[in-house]
Parts: sequence; structure tokens; C-alpha cells
Amino acid sequence: MKAKVYVTIKQNVLDPQGNAVQGALHTLGFNEVGKVRIGKYLELDLDTNDRAQAEEQLKVMCEKLLANTVVEDYRFELEG
Amino acid sequence: MKFAVLVFPGSNCDIDCYKAVEDTVGEQVDYVFHTATDLSAYDAILVPGGFSYGDYLRCGAIAQFAPVMAEVKKAAEEGKFILGICNGFQILTEAGLLPGALIRNNSLKFRCHQVGLTVENAKTGFTNDFAQGEVITIPIAHGEGSYYVDDETLAALKANDQIVFRYAGDNPNGSVDNIAGVCNEAGNVVGMMPHPERAVKEILGSADGARMFTSVLNAWRERNGAASIR
Repeated sequence: MKAKVYVTIKQNVLDPQGNAVQGALHTLGFNEVGKVRIGKYLELDLDTNDRAQAEEQLKVMCEKLLANTVVEDYRFELEG
Repeated sequence: MKFAVLVFPGSNCDIDCYKAVEDTVGEQVDYVFHTATDLSAYDAILVPGGFSYGDYLRCGAIAQFAPVMAEVKKAAEEGKFILGICNGFQILTEAGLLPGALIRNNSLKFRCHQVGLTVENAKTGFTNDFAQGEVITIPIAHGEGSYYVDDETLAALKANDQIVFRYAGDNPNGSVDNIAGVCNEAGNVVGMMPHPERAVKEILGSADGARMFTSVLNAWRERNGAASIR
């Protein structure tokens, strides 16, 4: 089973990288670009076919390591 | 008094910390590897700066699960003196020993220069040799040192007197409320982005950092009644 994990910066936390990319896009003439937020995308191969168990384990992985919930949110998708 | 300087793969201020202990207080000091499983011999634990585990995922994210960290947590509960500097501060926040998180500097630049710091709490084990409100000079060297806490936690930090240092003058990284260093509720665990171990002699640009080391020796002596037998 494959998992896709998305880690994003909380809305109330400043994202200076996102702001810089927004500025660069404006410089390139993409003036329709509003806010830009940069996050992380992780792909995990899981050695299980038990969807419920995988979800439970992924939640623990995110809480313990993959995201710092002080400043980041996370969500994940399971495939297969 | 016995100091431990933790060494993770990627630590690069461990030697500076070790030498700072030798040069400021001259007490016993050992390097302790990240794989160690016993810190019972030590009275103070220094978590040095650097790029532990290459800062992969997030600064300090992987180091928080090194075997030695279980011992650091135990030492924190026992009230031992723990100081996290720069990457060490990031590790202590990731490990949950200190509140908040350190994120990318708002300038996106690695900032490496002297800063003025206001001593906001001169009662911790690492700051008792400073005067409350004193402005000291200590260098910073970080790209991800912008301290973040939510409003609720910030209010709690203020109420419990957990803000130890604030940047005096320009805030180099965009930290919340100009915070440069904090402590836990008990005051025995302190974390800061600036590097006191790089400011222990005038020839280094400032000797103000030396007093963090003399402070902890004072605190230890007071706790152990050793001052009277000196």
C-alpha cells in the first residue's frame, strides 16, 4: 500500500519561502498569483494491506515525526 | 560539577562548548555521544549547535529520537541543568522539553553576527550571574531561528516568566515577541538561538557568554551546599 503525506505550514504561521516565491512569480508577470504556501510531500511504501491499521499508524508517524504540529498541519492519502 | 556536551552526527559547536566550560569554570566536562544511555553522572547537559542529522526533515526532528534523548528527558525531570544552543534549542523544542518551534528566518538568510540580548529572566540556572534587564552581546549563526508560539502559549510563557532572552534592537529572524531564548516551567531547561560558547573572551568580540557557565556553577553550588566548603 502506498501513502502520500502532505505537510503544510499552519495558516497563522509566516511562510517566508512562500512569500519569496510569490514575489518571484509576480516579477515573471504572473500577477494573478495571490498567496503562495510551501509545504512538504512524502511518499511512503507501507508493508500492509490493512487500510484501517495503515491510517492509524500514519497518524502516529505524522504526530511523532513527519510534522511538527506546533507549526505544521498534515494530511495523507492511501492508495492500493 | 560535571558537564556533558552531547555529540550528534552533524554537531559542530560541541568543541566550542567543551572549551567554553574548560575556560570559564574549569569544571569536569565530557563529550557524550548520541548513542549514550546513561547521563546519571552529569549535573549539567549542554546540547550544542550544528546540523544534527543534516537538518533532514526539520532541524532537530530526527535528533529528538536519538537514544541519549530519553536520558535528557529523565535529567530534565530530575531538575538537572540543561542548555540547548541553536540546533540544541531546536532539538529541545522538537523533543517537547521546551515549548514552541523554530522556523525559517523571515529574511530567508543565514544570519551570522553579534546581537544585543536583553536578559528577561535572571533567575534561571543559566542566567543568575546577569542582572535582570541587562543587555549583553552574544553572536547568532542560524538560518532557522525564528521562534514561534501561538498566542495562548505566548501568554503562558509571559505568565510563568519563561522568556529568558529577547533581541535588543533589531530582531534578526522575525521571532514572536522578539524572543531569543526560553526556559521550561521549572527553569532548569533553557534554550536559545544565540551562541554564548562563542562569546567567552573579549578577543572573541564579547565575554558576556561566560556568565552563563558561571551562572550554572553558582546554581549547582547553591543546590548542593558546596559554596560553604569552597
